[in-house]
Order: sequence, then structure tokens, then C-alpha cells
Amino acid sequence: MRFLKPARLRLYSQIFFFALFFLLLLRTEFRGSLNSSASEIRLPYPVNMFFRLDPLVAISNALSSHALYKGLLLSLFILIPTLFFGRFFCGWICPLGSIHHFFGSLKSERKRGKQLLESNRYKHWQNTKYYLLAAVLVAAALGSGIVGWLDPFSFLVRSLGLSILPSTNYGLQAFLRVLEQSPSGLLRAVGGVLHFLLGSLLLNFKQPYFRQGVWLGIIFIFMIALNYRVTRFWCRAICPLGALLGLVSRWSVLGLVKESERCNDCNRCLLRCQGGDDPIGGVAWHQPECHLCLNCVGECPENALHFRLFPAQQTLGTNLQRRKLLTSLATGAAIVSLMRSTPGFAAERNERLLRPPGSVDEEFFLARCIRCGECMKVCPNSALQPALTQAGIEGLWTPVLVPRIGYCETSCVLCSQVCPTGAIWEITPKEKGWSVDVGSESKPIRVGTAFYDRGRCLPWAMATDCIVCEEWCPTSPKAIYFRPAEVFDAAGNPKQVKQPYLDPSKCVGCGACEKACPVQDRPAVYVTSVGESRSRSNQILLNRSKKG
Amino acid sequence: MSEPESTEAGEVTLSRRDALIRLLRVAGVGAGSAGLGVWLSHQRSRPETAVAATVKRGHTVAASAALPELAIIEGEDPAQLARQALEELGGMNRFVSRGDVVLVKPNIGWDRTPEQAANTNPDVVAEIVRQCLQSDAKRVIVTDVTCNEARRCFQRSGIAAAAQAAGAEVILPDPSRFKEVDLQGEVLTKWQVFDAFLNVDKVINVPIAKHHTLTGTTLGMKNWYGILGGSRNQLHQRIHESLVDLADFMRPTLTVVDCYRILLRNGPTGGNLQDVLLKKTLVASTDPVAIDAYVAKSFWNLNPDSLPYLGMAAKRGLGTVEFEKLRTRVKKL
Repeated sequence: MRFLKPARLRLYSQIFFFALFFLLLLRTEFRGSLNSSASEIRLPYPVNMFFRLDPLVAISNALSSHALYKGLLLSLFILIPTLFFGRFFCGWICPLGSIHHFFGSLKSERKRGKQLLESNRYKHWQNTKYYLLAAVLVAAALGSGIVGWLDPFSFLVRSLGLSILPSTNYGLQAFLRVLEQSPSGLLRAVGGVLHFLLGSLLLNFKQPYFRQGVWLGIIFIFMIALNYRVTRFWCRAICPLGALLGLVSRWSVLGLVKESERCNDCNRCLLRCQGGDDPIGGVAWHQPECHLCLNCVGECPENALHFRLFPAQQTLGTNLQRRKLLTSLATGAAIVSLMRSTPGFAAERNERLLRPPGSVDEEFFLARCIRCGECMKVCPNSALQPALTQAGIEGLWTPVLVPRIGYCETSCVLCSQVCPTGAIWEITPKEKGWSVDVGSESKPIRVGTAFYDRGRCLPWAMATDCIVCEEWCPTSPKAIYFRPAEVFDAAGNPKQVKQPYLDPSKCVGCGACEKACPVQDRPAVYVTSVGESRSRSNQILLNRSKKG
Repeated sequence: MSEPESTEAGEVTLSRRDALIRLLRVAGVGAGSAGLGVWLSHQRSRPETAVAATVKRGHTVAASAALPELAIIEGEDPAQLARQALEELGGMNRFVSRGDVVLVKPNIGWDRTPEQAANTNPDVVAEIVRQCLQSDAKRVIVTDVTCNEARRCFQRSGIAAAAQAAGAEVILPDPSRFKEVDLQGEVLTKWQVFDAFLNVDKVINVPIAKHHTLTGTTLGMKNWYGILGGSRNQLHQRIHESLVDLADFMRPTLTVVDCYRILLRNGPTGGNLQDVLLKKTLVASTDPVAIDAYVAKSFWNLNPDSLPYLGMAAKRGLGTVEFEKLRTRVKKL
């Protein structure tokens, strides 16, 4: 019955949920089908499922929007069992926890046993996560979604999706290239087979690129590396979701019973302890810290540890200091106020702050967006990039459309499908309205407006025919039109060229013109956010969406 | 090899044999690295991006004085139109021989549905694939280097599914499969070309007839932009010359222009169904210049003079602009 030992079952559960999470992350991409001609493209799987199960996302979404975005109600499936049984989620389900668990378990008992025993005792700094939770929840109540900086799934999807997976793709492609271009026929064949196998699961069709990819990766690797000093440092000290579940588990009916008469103080239960909750004899058990990994039960040579329903034993809850709690609440409030004291938020928006189509107005966007990167991962053109300062410090890692990297595909609405919080409200291609007559009755969703830099435009400045922008313009009638003009070339000879103009009443700001412009470094046509449908104030034209 | 013996005082004595072996080892590594270094230093040259390959140009088959050169078929069913057009020109056996690798090049450039008429009609593509396979082609490849995101274009155009069902090998334009090729043209020399287009036996061009601002229409010759990667957004600067260079490079076996639905305005992207006109026509020809001249004249009333690339192509010997002089079959089904 070795395979049915409780700690084994936990391992199977961790592997299952991690595999599920990873597959869903890999499938957060439209991979196309050569057998389907379906004209409406949606992802077949609920790729954002883990966010919907995340009570922290649900609570912050409720605090900031006074409602729950669709699907977030599912988080009750995690929250309610936690009330009864404690933080089983951290130990059995959380894919980020499983990664930490794995890297934490690489330390050998023989070499580092002493350090393990010492570091796995309960520490006061484990309370940090509760103070962080208090701060981000206050921020959410004040309308800022910065909880996503620390939410474990946001952290994981952002790190893996925008950094680790793209770099894995790069590395694998480079490796396959070496194989496939080698002079040996055998190696080429092996390369071909590997390419096929990896291609159907892991490899990207096009290499994705993300701004800050290096930093997101380094932060992730650093957090993993901390396991070398303290097992699951992230889960014990930082994770606000763990903190939330810890608070909730205070009244759980499942608990650890220590038979002190059997305990011989060998301390083996500390060796593989995940939560740092003091399963050892002689001290009280810290219930909110325990991940229910059950390692201590299996490890105890005297069979002195048992998990029981309604344990008749004194346990410790979270012992937060009132002064520190008040300070963290005040800090959460102060951070939001401070970040919004700059003109960037109210009066001086960045002109290049282009939000994905369907996004709600900036104030609501910053409140709802949890900076998870799902939209960036799913964008087929890598057009959505994590912001650095375009949306202020507060907008760090929120999505920005960067047309020079990729334009917004006319009929694509995948980012709105995967957004777990309604920062990008779910829209249909029809509601987006880009492939039908934009000028007349229909009201397309606009991302911004294109402008010409006539000093760099070929027909305007260099007496050369071009108008690739007009060719690519997806609206119908086209927002880009042209007039034939007589210009003079460098030798003074008259020449007829077609000079492009832009009709802002038709432009949707997709950025196809900017992407297609042959002036490679700084394009002669570029999109700025003015005219975006989500904003009432950031406009140029009176009655733009009406006729003419 | 034996370890040097150590004496009690910790001193090490070395036998002559061991000393010699040690010396030889060091000398061997030294000589080896010197040799490698000298050899490598003779290898140095200024790095150049991939040497351009010279590849097979032209895919035409011998002309026959008895058979028609231009077929214009009108009717209800796109697949039937394709079948009839090929029959009028002498049957697919005339163009595709047993064991040929055939490349069928539709226009799959845009993320649009068939009704929007920005891409070739999928039924026409599928029928041509079937005809090729019936003529015992070894492989029939269907591909295009799209403008919009490739996977969306291949799926939403309906072409990938239709061609695949008909037995074609549908290949997405994988970014790692572009090769630097010397096109040997007047304005186009070294350029990135999708390798699926290289070294096939026969090429069938299946464009759709659409409006285009710079050239008036986009038909058969303009469809060759879809073999290129690289900065093809620069081609508009010398559009006519580059079109002729590409047509000269490809010289297709056959051109079939899909005029079942034509895009009258707002080309080449379209989108609005009001810009689409149902013409229910298919035109096929062995002359890639004449067929463009004919379609431009009959559907847009554009004279060959207003499309400079046609005259330039004729001058290069790629065909004739005087489509009236071709042996023509017109049929209404």
C-alpha cells in the first residue's frame, strides 16, 4: 500500500493539477486547424480556469468592482472546503506551490539536515504575508488591482508565459536548428522527429517576444532559488492567497494531533515540513501555516502525529500585531494615493497607452486588471506587451498594444475571452466591428487613432510611391485614403505619387498601418490613444461614432 | 598510468617514463591547439547573411497549337467551373504528369471569410487539387505567405480545410523555412523566399480578382508577392518592376483567376459585403500576362496601358497583353 500513502496521494494530486495548469497555459494560444473552417475563433478550453478558482482574485475583484466577474464564483469551490479543512489548496493543488515544493525538496537530508530542521521551524516573519494581504486588499477597495503583482497565478502565468516559455521556445528551436542543419543524416532525422513531437505540444509557430521578459524571468528564478535557504519562502512569507486561505482555515475542523507521550524529540517531522507550522512535540501547532502536505505524518518514526477531525488539542492561529496590521492597511491606502498623485493618471495620459479592444475605461481597468499576462500570452501577433511606465507605476505589467511589434488582428477577440477579471470585457468579433462598414451606423470598438508623420512618409517626403498603409487598412471603407499629387524628385523632375491621408471617423486604431509601414525604425504612420472608445474624455471629434 | 610514488617526507619522485609521458601530453595539447588556431585563422571572412541560392525558375509546359490558351467559364458551382475550365484547356493531364510535385498557390493573404472575397474561393482550390491528384501528381502542396496572422487566414478563408480534404498537403508559412534566394530580377535580387515554393515541378497560380489602389487590380502576377518573406512592404516603391521580376522568376504552369466573387472596392483587404460582386466566372490561361489583361479589362474596364506592369512583362517575353489574339473558349454552364 505504499502507493496509497497519504503523502503519495498528495504528490499525485500535485502532479495532476500542475499538468493541468501547464497544459492550459500552453493552450492559451490559437494554434489554428487545417481541418476546420470555422470563421469564429474561440479557444476550446477554459484556459483561465485557475484564476476563476482563486478566491483572492474574486475578493479583490469584488472589492474593486462591487461585483463578481463571470466565472469567479467558482472560487467558492476552494474557499468553502478551506473553511472546513484548512490550506489543502496550497499543499495539494496550487501549481506554484508545487514548483516550490519540488525545488525545496532537492536539498539532501544528509548534507543539509541541520539547516533544514532549523529553517523549518515557525518564524515570526511568516506573518509578512498577512500584512501584504491587508495592503493589497485595501488597494483593491480603493480601486487598484496591484494584488496581481503578488497573486500566485498572476505571478506564475506572467513569469512562465512571458519569459520562461518564450525562452524555452528559443532554446529548443536553436537546438533543433543545430540538429536539422547537421551534416549527419541520422542527426537530421532525429531533429525532424523531435521537431514534430515538440511542435505539436510545446513549440510556438512564431517566436513570441515580450518586453521585460528578462526581468520577469529573473524575478521568477530568484523566487525559486530562495527555496535553497528556506523551503517555500514564497508560500510562507509572501503569498497573499496563502495568507487569505490561512486566515480562513482558523476555524477548520481538521487538525494535527500530537501524541506527546510517544514523541522522542527526534525532530524528523521538521525535515520535509512545507508550511513551517511546527509539527514538533512540545510546542503548539500553527494551524494557519500548515499546507496539509502530510509529510510529517509519514516521517514520524513513532507514529505520534495524526490528522483528525475535531482534534482536542490547543492550536495557534495567526497572531497579528494590531499596530503592524494598521500600518499595512495604511500603507496599502497610501501606495494607491501616492501612485495617483501624478498627472499621469488624471491629466497627462501617455499617448501610446493603447489598451486591448474591449478594455474598460482606465480607472476601471487599473482596478480590475490583475497583471496576469493571459491576454499577452494569447495574442497571436505578440501585440500586447507588459507595460513598464506607460500606465504609471501602478500600471506595471498591465497590457499595452504596441503596433510596431504587432497590430491588433481584425477579427480576433481572444484577449477578451481569456481575461479573468473583466478588465478586457468579453466581446464578440461582431461587437468589435472592424470588418464591417465602420463609417456608418455601426459602432466599432476603437483602440486609438492613426496619425501621419509626413516628414518620414515616402510619398510626402521622398517623392516615392508606397501607400502600403492603405493596402493594409482593414476597415471598409478604408480609413486611409489618398490623393494623387505632383511632387518633384531630387533632380527637380515632376512626378505623380499617391499621398495618404487619414479619416479619423473611420480609423479604429488597430495599428496595421503602423506595422506595415516600410520606414522600419520610426514608422511614418503611428497610432495614439486619442479616440479610444472606452474613454469619454480622450477624444478628438464631436460625435465621432455617428455618421460622417 | 602509475601515480608518482610519494616518500615519507611528502616529497614526490618522478620516474623518467612518467616525466616523458607528461611532457608528451602537454606538447600534444599545445600542438593541437596551435594547429586548430592556425587553421581557424585561415578560415576567417567577413560574415555575410546566408549565401543566396539559385533555384529552378519557370514551370511552364510546352504550348500546343491545337488547344485553347484562354478559357472563360460562367456558371453556378465554383468547383464545376474549375473542372470545366481545365477541360477546355486540354485537361489537367496536359499540365501535370505522373509523379509531379505540384504547388497550388491561392491567395490566403487576409483574415477574411470566403464571402468577403479577399481570398481565393476554397471550392476552386479544392477542385484544382483533386484534378492534380487525378493526374497522378505525387504531392500537391497548398500554401501562401499571408499578410495577416497565418493560422487565422488559413482557417477562416476555408482554404486549408477544403484543400486538406481534397488531399493536398497544406503548409503554414513557418518562419524558419525561408531561404535567401537570388531572384535575378531587375529590382528584386536577393530575397527571402518560402522554401515550399522552391524546386517544385509545376506551379498553378489561383488568385482572386480584387481591387487594389496602387495597381488598380490585384490578379495573377500580384499574387506572387505571397512567395516572399523579408521586407515585402518595400516592394510598392517599385511595384511594376517587382511584379515583373516575380512573374519572370515563377513562370507558372497555369493561372486560374477566381472571379466567382470579385472585390470591387476597398481592396485588397475588403471586409464589407457591399464591396463584393457575384460574377460566377472563372478564367484560366497558360499566359500569365494575357489573363491579367483580360480580367482587368472585362471586370474593371482597365486597359493594359493603365497597368504598366503588363506591358513590361510582355516586353520581357512572359506573355502578351493582346488577350484578344489568344485562342479563347467561352462557355456558360
